[in-house]
Amino acid sequence: MNAAWLPLTALAASLLAAVIIFSLPEEARRVRTSVNLTAAVIKISLVALMVKRITNGDEAVFSFQVVGNIDFVLRADALGVMFAGLSSVLWLCTTVYAIGYLEGTANRKRFFGFFSLCVASTLGIALAGNLFTFLIFYEMLTLSTYPLVVHSGTDKALNAGRIYLRYTLTAGVVLLFGVVLLYSLTGDHSFASERGLGDYLDDHRVLLTLIFALLVGGFAVKAAMVPLHGWLPRAMVAPAPVSALLHAVAVVKAGAFGILRIIYDLYGIELSVELGVTTALAVASCITIIYGSMRAIAQQELKPRLAFSTISQVSYVILGVSLFGPFGTIGALAHLLHQGLMKVTLFFCAGIYAEELGIHRIDEMDGAGKRMPLTSLAFTIGAFGMIGLPPVAGFITKWYLGIGAIQADMYWVVAVLVASSTLNAIYFLPIVHRLWFRVGPAHGHGHWPDEQRLGRLETHGWLLWPAVFTAAISLAAGLFAGLPFSPLDWATRVAVGEYLP
Amino acid sequence: MNWRFGLTGSTFDPLMTSHWALAAALLLPLVFGALAAIFPPRRMWPVALACAVILTAGIFLLIDTRQAGVLRWQWEFSGIGVALRLNGVSMLLLLLTQWLGAAAALYTPGLLRISDPERFARWLWPLMGAVISALSLAWVATDLLTLYIALETMGLAAVAMLLLSGQADALLAGMRYLLLTLVGSLAYLLGVALILGYWGRLDLAGLAEVVEPGPVAWVAAALMGAGLALKAALFPLHAWLSPVHSSAWTPVSALHAGLVVKASLFVLLELWSILLFETFWAPRVIAWMGMLAVVWGGLIAWRAESLKTLVASSTVAQLGYLMVVFPLLLGPDISPLARALAWDGFWLQLMGHALAKAAMFMAAGNLILATGEKTLEGLAGTSRRLPLSLLVFGVASVTLMGLPPSAGFTAKWLLLQSMVISGQWWAVAALLVGTLLTAAYIFRFFRYSFMETAPRHRYQPLAPGMDVIALGLALAAFALGLLAHFPLDLLHGGSA
Repeated sequence: MNAAWLPLTALAASLLAAVIIFSLPEEARRVRTSVNLTAAVIKISLVALMVKRITNGDEAVFSFQVVGNIDFVLRADALGVMFAGLSSVLWLCTTVYAIGYLEGTANRKRFFGFFSLCVASTLGIALAGNLFTFLIFYEMLTLSTYPLVVHSGTDKALNAGRIYLRYTLTAGVVLLFGVVLLYSLTGDHSFASERGLGDYLDDHRVLLTLIFALLVGGFAVKAAMVPLHGWLPRAMVAPAPVSALLHAVAVVKAGAFGILRIIYDLYGIELSVELGVTTALAVASCITIIYGSMRAIAQQELKPRLAFSTISQVSYVILGVSLFGPFGTIGALAHLLHQGLMKVTLFFCAGIYAEELGIHRIDEMDGAGKRMPLTSLAFTIGAFGMIGLPPVAGFITKWYLGIGAIQADMYWVVAVLVASSTLNAIYFLPIVHRLWFRVGPAHGHGHWPDEQRLGRLETHGWLLWPAVFTAAISLAAGLFAGLPFSPLDWATRVAVGEYLP
Repeated sequence: MNWRFGLTGSTFDPLMTSHWALAAALLLPLVFGALAAIFPPRRMWPVALACAVILTAGIFLLIDTRQAGVLRWQWEFSGIGVALRLNGVSMLLLLLTQWLGAAAALYTPGLLRISDPERFARWLWPLMGAVISALSLAWVATDLLTLYIALETMGLAAVAMLLLSGQADALLAGMRYLLLTLVGSLAYLLGVALILGYWGRLDLAGLAEVVEPGPVAWVAAALMGAGLALKAALFPLHAWLSPVHSSAWTPVSALHAGLVVKASLFVLLELWSILLFETFWAPRVIAWMGMLAVVWGGLIAWRAESLKTLVASSTVAQLGYLMVVFPLLLGPDISPLARALAWDGFWLQLMGHALAKAAMFMAAGNLILATGEKTLEGLAGTSRRLPLSLLVFGVASVTLMGLPPSAGFTAKWLLLQSMVISGQWWAVAALLVGTLLTAAYIFRFFRYSFMETAPRHRYQPLAPGMDVIALGLALAAFALGLLAHFPLDLLHGGSA
């Protein structure tokens, strides 16, 4: 039985939340908070329902005709629901965090309205059933992120917003051109169709490669692959919840997810390998991984360091995709989830340090572990995960990526993985060392840049608990990776679906 | 191509209700306009009542047209036959005119109440009625003379509306516009005279049968084309456009940029599809001009200091998109698929732009009215104080940028497909570059609005509904994009 209402309601939950928030007055803080939280909880339950339906093998497709032979399709499939689940769980956490973070500041109505629009777009991207629908939400994401990036209205923020638009809108145009070329060649091609584009290989080899380059080039900007990554570190001027959800999860992952869709559901893995595009992609992602890590080492401030770390980490997903074989795929998909959880934790913590203690630079963090033990513990878990230390979730994905590389006979990829882990350790371990083992203001030496006492605990509860929660999930995703419905288990299910039709 | 305009092909006799509905659609705007001059409405509800009648007439016509494909009326006056027709295209444009006209009319009482109107304000109503009636006539007319009457009435009424605001620069711009529109009419009339002298008839259906390619057809097409291009502000004959808008009242600008310039373009395409059906070069020249228009209009809007100049220059660029499509609609050797896609995309772009541009003019008018500043710098701080007007502007600009989910996007998609199929790579480049240029000037606007370093202005509160009407128009452009299937079905229905 088809449940067309399911993907539609899931989308409507955040869209309606945005509309309601926009129509409420700025002062209606309580109503806005409850609308936000209710919508987020409803969405999580709807995504949970989708997971259940997919496990039972039921369909949930909503579609209507736009023009001629082009349809608007929302389809809950295993890959899409994975991304939808990530975004809806993190939406709830980030909303709670943002409510605490923005307390007492201006323009909160605008912030939460566009925030909900962003999440709606992310969900649309996750559930899009063809490239046309994907494109709609992808561009919607670009537009709805802009007001969040420039939220503070300072010159720096406005410039960051301009650069963000330059990158993403140009990418959008490139993408549009690629999609139109593809539609002119093949017509409407559903992501759910079993046949890839293999039929067109003989006559249109060059064109197919060109279209692939256009599409992946368009997505690579949001995925912040080198040399198209310039917007991401600059966009860190946005408020911490925005950086956390959008720039560690939604926007960059939307790009990576687009590349996943192209390779798995549009071209098909065999065709991509046949065209030779996966090797090119593997090289590009390795360059990004190493370059991002190197630049991260050079950063003296916390948020830019995390931003460059994101650039490096998101390319793990793309690397995993471009390794031909089930283990690479599992690694890629699991990393999509794991990296999201760990990175959001790190950004939450960075925001807490900035709010509570006024810390922006890394050398100001000495001894913060004593003053803020829970936050620092969460940060440490996230950092260990990024390095890939067991038992945090990051270890699992690196392990699978390594196996995938060996199976694909790409030993140089293993070398890249080892090098990258070393670099990760070089830029994360000093921070952890400073947090716990250096003597700082908490021990009576000097004072914090700008200390606030925001709550009874080490900081405001609305800020603290989301960070602790996501850190706990990152740990649990690694510890209980073997249980059903863990990220790894779901990634395996998707990968099996791809390789064993 | 002529069948697409519903000029040929047989059909049923229109129902009795359609006769009345047509009469209502053509005459009631005039009647209500005259009534409003005598009893100027101060509130929205009498206007809404009048609009409801006209819109109902439109719905009746829509139902009939859907059933019949083409509706045709014919009368004989002392040996001269007059025929009117409604097919898919003209039906859509008629509906667009009525709804846009209603929105502009509903917006007006609030504006006049707030902005301390001049003595002449009451004359806005009959002129607005005349413009809407003339537009409706232009969509349904099928002979050169009726078209001329419609265009001339429309042009003169538009000039008069622009002059109403009574400021010195408005007078100057209005007189220049008057002069140019008269020159345009003259060129058009010369073309008509040439056709009448050579073929001895003025009805389009008859002309379509007798016209043969040759110098006469070319010269006539060139004369009429130049005249209409001048009226439609097609690049490079666009310079009169933005001064005209910079001092006009908001609903006047909305109607003018949304519909009046489009009417001349519609007539141009209709005539050329008869006179120049197989010509290779003429549509290409238009397309090259269109590419320049996209770039030039975009650059001017990017550099604009005043808000209204920005919005008006963007019209020049958006008309460029439509010009670029000409070689896909007219000329030999176009594959049927490419032509069908281009045809759909053309009208969708035209309608989407009309709705969005009207909404944008209203939003811009609201911002100017509320802040009292005409420049972009004056917008600083508006994102906090006037979020709704900005939201309207944003939603409208999504359509202009051609980003999803708007009519602009769906139209661009169709046009790009058509261009890719027929290998017109320059046109593809023009459309894509146009998107980026549009984004550049739109976000320059938003950059100013997001600044927080604003001196504290006094903000004039707006009348209720002024933003809501504009938002309705902007959202209609979204709906048109997502549900493009329905208007396009109507467009194809006219092919019977």
